[in-house]
Amino acid sequence: MSEYGHCKDYLARFSAYIDGELQPELCALLEAHLQECENCRVVLNTLQKTIDLYHVYGSEDALPEQIRSRLFARLKLDDPGADSTND
Amino acid sequence: MNEGKEFSVAFVDQLLAGDRQAFSELVDRTSGRIYNLGLRMLGNPQDAEDMLQETYIKAFKALPGFEKRSSVTTWLFRIAVNEALMLLRKGRNIVHVDGYAGKEEDGEQDLDIVDWCCLPEHEFLSEETLVMLTRASEQLSPALRMVFILRDVQGFSTLETAEILQINEDTVKTRLVRARLKLRDELGDYFRERMKGSNSNE
Repeated sequence: MSEYGHCKDYLARFSAYIDGELQPELCALLEAHLQECENCRVVLNTLQKTIDLYHVYGSEDALPEQIRSRLFARLKLDDPGADSTND
Repeated sequence: MNEGKEFSVAFVDQLLAGDRQAFSELVDRTSGRIYNLGLRMLGNPQDAEDMLQETYIKAFKALPGFEKRSSVTTWLFRIAVNEALMLLRKGRNIVHVDGYAGKEEDGEQDLDIVDWCCLPEHEFLSEETLVMLTRASEQLSPALRMVFILRDVQGFSTLETAEILQINEDTVKTRLVRARLKLRDELGDYFRERMKGSNSNE
């Protein structure tokens, strides 16, 4: 574990690396390190997977119909999507 | 998140002129995301709905003062974020009392290096995992959670997130690094147990 300090230096860069925002020189250094260091590969993969899971989790964007109706009523907006039988 | 497609200049002018039909359209195109933000930030549907309604009531009142320096979406989300933070400060959000305790946010700890990515896909899609994702994000401080939700759950860029929260981009990045690593750690604790479970079945 003598290179642990070294790994830790890279740890804070993983996030920028995943976002493709790491400067090219640092990116090359990090990729060279990843070739040699299985621990860092695992941390990077699990970090990426964490982000992917939360991305899926946020993708349900439809507002439940009842909540939408109450919102339009509260805002006193005509609701073009409302079922006319509710009038 | 594609419905964030920016609103046209003509549409914004209609909004500013007080056109209620344009306002209805604004509500329909943004309310799903605003509600989602409320749910993820506040942790329960009642508070999320209160936040949703208050956001649009305030937005409608504030519209005449909108100066087009930012996009309508960022402007609206800024109102929503402030509303959510106010509700959090009031302490109305539910605190889970089932004994789930997160780790210290900034504590030095050994890195978890178990590779749980290899778990079968259904493990990641289960209802239990979904609940765990919520619990894990609730372990973050509101400041970290807000940045994480805007960037990684809602898909705003670093710049947009900075504009919404009125902080600089470096602060967004720093908070995002901390939030992601902390969540990876929380998820690792959970999935490591799942791996033990699936191994012992063999």
